[in-house]
Amino acid sequence: MNAAAAVLATCQVVVLVVVSPLLVGLMRQVRARLEGRTGAGIGQPWRDLRKLLAKEPLQADGTSWISVAAPIALLVSSLLVCALMPLLGTVTFTRVPDDLFVVVSVLLLGTIAVALVGLDAGTAFGGMGSSRHMTIAALVEPTVLVSVYALSIPVGSSVLSQIVEARLHDPARIAAPASLLALLALTVAVVAETGRLPVDNPATHLELTMVHEAMVLESSGRDLAWLELGSWLRLGALLGLLSSLLVPWGIATHVSVTALLVATVALIAKLAGVGALLAAVEVSLAKVRLFRVPELLAGSFVLAFLAVTASYLVVQV
Amino acid sequence: MTAVDLGLEAQLLLVGLTTLGALLAPETRRGMTAGVGSVAVAAAGVVTGALALGGGRGFVQIPTSLGFGDVGLGATPLGGFFMVVCGGVGAVASLFAIGYVSATGTRVSWVALPVFLGAMQLVPAATDAVSFLLLWELMALASTVLVLTEHAQRVEVRSAALWYASMTHLSFVLILLGFGVLAASAGSVSFAAMAAVNPGNPSASVAFVLLALGFATKAGVAPLHVWLPRAHPVAPSHVSAIMSAAMVKLGVYGVLLVSLEVLPDGPGWWGLMLLALGAVSAVYGILQASVASDLKRLLAYSTTENVGLMFLAAGTGLLLRSVPVPGPADVALASCLLLVASHAAFKSTLFLGAGSMLHATGERDLDRMGGLGTRMPVTSAAFGIGALGAAALPVTAGFMAEWALLQSLIHGARPEDRVVAVAMPVAVAVVALTAGLALMTFVKAYGIAFLARPRSAGATQAHEGTRSMQVALLVSGAVVLLLGLVPGLVAEAAARAAGVSGVGSGGWFGVDLPGVGATLDPVALSAVAAVIAVPVLWISAVAARRRPRRRVELAWGGGGVRVSPRMQYTATSYAEPLARVFDDALRPERDIEITHASESRYLVERVRFHQHLDDVVEVRAYRPLLALVDRCGLAARRLQNGSIHRYVGYSFLALVAVLVLVAL
Repeated sequence: MNAAAAVLATCQVVVLVVVSPLLVGLMRQVRARLEGRTGAGIGQPWRDLRKLLAKEPLQADGTSWISVAAPIALLVSSLLVCALMPLLGTVTFTRVPDDLFVVVSVLLLGTIAVALVGLDAGTAFGGMGSSRHMTIAALVEPTVLVSVYALSIPVGSSVLSQIVEARLHDPARIAAPASLLALLALTVAVVAETGRLPVDNPATHLELTMVHEAMVLESSGRDLAWLELGSWLRLGALLGLLSSLLVPWGIATHVSVTALLVATVALIAKLAGVGALLAAVEVSLAKVRLFRVPELLAGSFVLAFLAVTASYLVVQV
Repeated sequence: MTAVDLGLEAQLLLVGLTTLGALLAPETRRGMTAGVGSVAVAAAGVVTGALALGGGRGFVQIPTSLGFGDVGLGATPLGGFFMVVCGGVGAVASLFAIGYVSATGTRVSWVALPVFLGAMQLVPAATDAVSFLLLWELMALASTVLVLTEHAQRVEVRSAALWYASMTHLSFVLILLGFGVLAASAGSVSFAAMAAVNPGNPSASVAFVLLALGFATKAGVAPLHVWLPRAHPVAPSHVSAIMSAAMVKLGVYGVLLVSLEVLPDGPGWWGLMLLALGAVSAVYGILQASVASDLKRLLAYSTTENVGLMFLAAGTGLLLRSVPVPGPADVALASCLLLVASHAAFKSTLFLGAGSMLHATGERDLDRMGGLGTRMPVTSAAFGIGALGAAALPVTAGFMAEWALLQSLIHGARPEDRVVAVAMPVAVAVVALTAGLALMTFVKAYGIAFLARPRSAGATQAHEGTRSMQVALLVSGAVVLLLGLVPGLVAEAAARAAGVSGVGSGGWFGVDLPGVGATLDPVALSAVAAVIAVPVLWISAVAARRRPRRRVELAWGGGGVRVSPRMQYTATSYAEPLARVFDDALRPERDIEITHASESRYLVERVRFHQHLDDVVEVRAYRPLLALVDRCGLAARRLQNGSIHRYVGYSFLALVAVLVLVAL
């Protein structure tokens, strides 16, 4: 069990590390084409990473060890999330099941690592980004937990793999009203958590509207590379989780070469689909004012709460 | 004589000896004598508590000529758990105090410390209402004396101590009434005899409500929390640590004592009441903490939040027991005790850290700190671990406790019972919201204080404290990590103390919850993380050898050249978006004063911004009440105008009234 899980976790980490930058490249490319630009090609994020890793990092006087350690902490937390989540398969370590609360708390470790990077240099923009980032993170938390709680009710467990496996065996569950409401709420939460439109604009060049970009303004070289790769991995893992919950087909329930290959192809296809769809929707959206974001999140929380209520009603009928 | 007897008597003896030592020792030796003595008192508490938790029994009778029957101290596993928690906090805080108060420590404050510790540790050993109330009052008095330590230096200390004394006596009166009702039904003051009262009786419900409110007042549950944010900032930091990390837990102990041992199997609405109190308190506390900029006020509100979570856990346990859903109910009760242990560990670390920062900078205001990380590495490390614990992140004590609580909540709901089916999702949302806000609060507390550049002269000249302070900080920080890394042992202890099954340890001292089918193994999780970190660190090291890091004088700052540290984000500005989102709940008062240049009103010469956040509950509920009492007092004054004729008239009227009554 554990050996199989170790193989699966390794595969998930490797596949996500390779695919996540390409996913970001694809989303940028889709956006560029829809806006009538040529775009840089889907390999551009990878070229950026290679360039950043080869550059000399600059560190301002007065910054502490946080500026060096936090990018690594973010990357490790993102990789750990990739290893734990049911992306390619549902086989888990016996002692470390992919319990929802554990996964979320590991993600939050990465969240605070970036927030501390923003504060470390003591510049106004960093503090501003960090403050907004944490406000959004604090308000997203209830939606995430309540929506996955709704998904966990029919299964009776908060372990993500078991939820995905149950949906694989009984696809009727996916289309149940409670499940759809919960997935919709979770999508809003994922959009907010990964800093996509309409919550944050990843392509903005205006510091005053930045959230994520404002925090990493001071980082350079490999620090910036780790911060970027870490957040791309989060995007890949969370979109992967969404697609595993929405279309679980193709995911491996045991570890073998063919099963893993099928799962990898399926995951890449799902990620490409979800990513392209998200990018296409983003083109038609404008970033909302920061103080309208709580309204969006409150709406998603209501959906998640309705999902919980609905699942009790459905069980009873 | 059993070992527990010996431990209980040793605590009494050590309190006496330490008090004598503090009274008699010369001024230069006083701190060391009383500090070491207090550590010994606390250590005796830990040992006795551990023995009681292991199943040891004992009874020390208090000789009395009043007709109460057997009055004395004993030990139960539940009491033992709280004795260990109180003793552990007391030991670390006393160690910290040796180096912290050497200059300002008066004889009175050094005498009060061991008395406070002793009384606090023995409250959970009380076997009857009389000794419970005696020790409870002794604890309240000694802590009031300690809150007043710095009354000569600062004016606000007196008003804070007055608030504290009034609220703590309100708590005393409510508990006295509650036990009075129970004793009248049972015909005895001992807890064992009270257990015979049928919890279905109306008198049992009256007693439960009185006792729950009394204990909630002591625990600082909103809306009875008003003393916490006043008393903690003015008390010396080691006293705040003991009060916040240990003393308020005795309120939780009281609730568990009443609902598990004195009146077990009460009706479901008792649990629902505790759950509602806890939920309100958790959200309100963390909301106030997230916008506070006084560090100790922030920590005080965070205590209100955590105690709220403990009440929520206890309430969930009682509610689910009444349905009945035994598995999740057991987990909820055990998680209440896990929250107690973890909060004791991280809150004492945080308060001692705050003390160290106050000692170094003379500042309590986060807006005037900054850059302390490089100047105070030990405090920074300990405070950082404590903050991780308070934000409930892995692998700290706070995380495993909240994880257990969430597990019990999501497995507890049953569609058959409408109340439970609604209460559980609401509770999950409350816990999630508090966890999110706690994250923001403690990123703010740590980031603003320890990172960036100093915002005041005090912060620029900060330095690490004395040796005993550093050791105390490191020990308490290590406990936060240990409890989170190997939570199996404390989970087993909590299960034994609460008398529940379905919670145990497994793997590498991880927590297993067979009752709800969940597992948490922090060591295994850390091992996976470590394996993943190896290639990342390796690539970083290779890149670092090829391209070493270069130090530059100025940060880029979005292209602008930095001028003054005042341009950095402060704690107030950090929490501004949140204060705006929760505007209706927090009601901040903002004053913006704009001075225009004399030439044109379109040119601004100066802008002054002032934001003030009052506690809404205090403004809306307590001030009108106090004003009413004041008005009654003024009205009553008219009776007494100093005229001797009038007083003779009153006596005459009183005499007539008595005669009329007798005649009737």
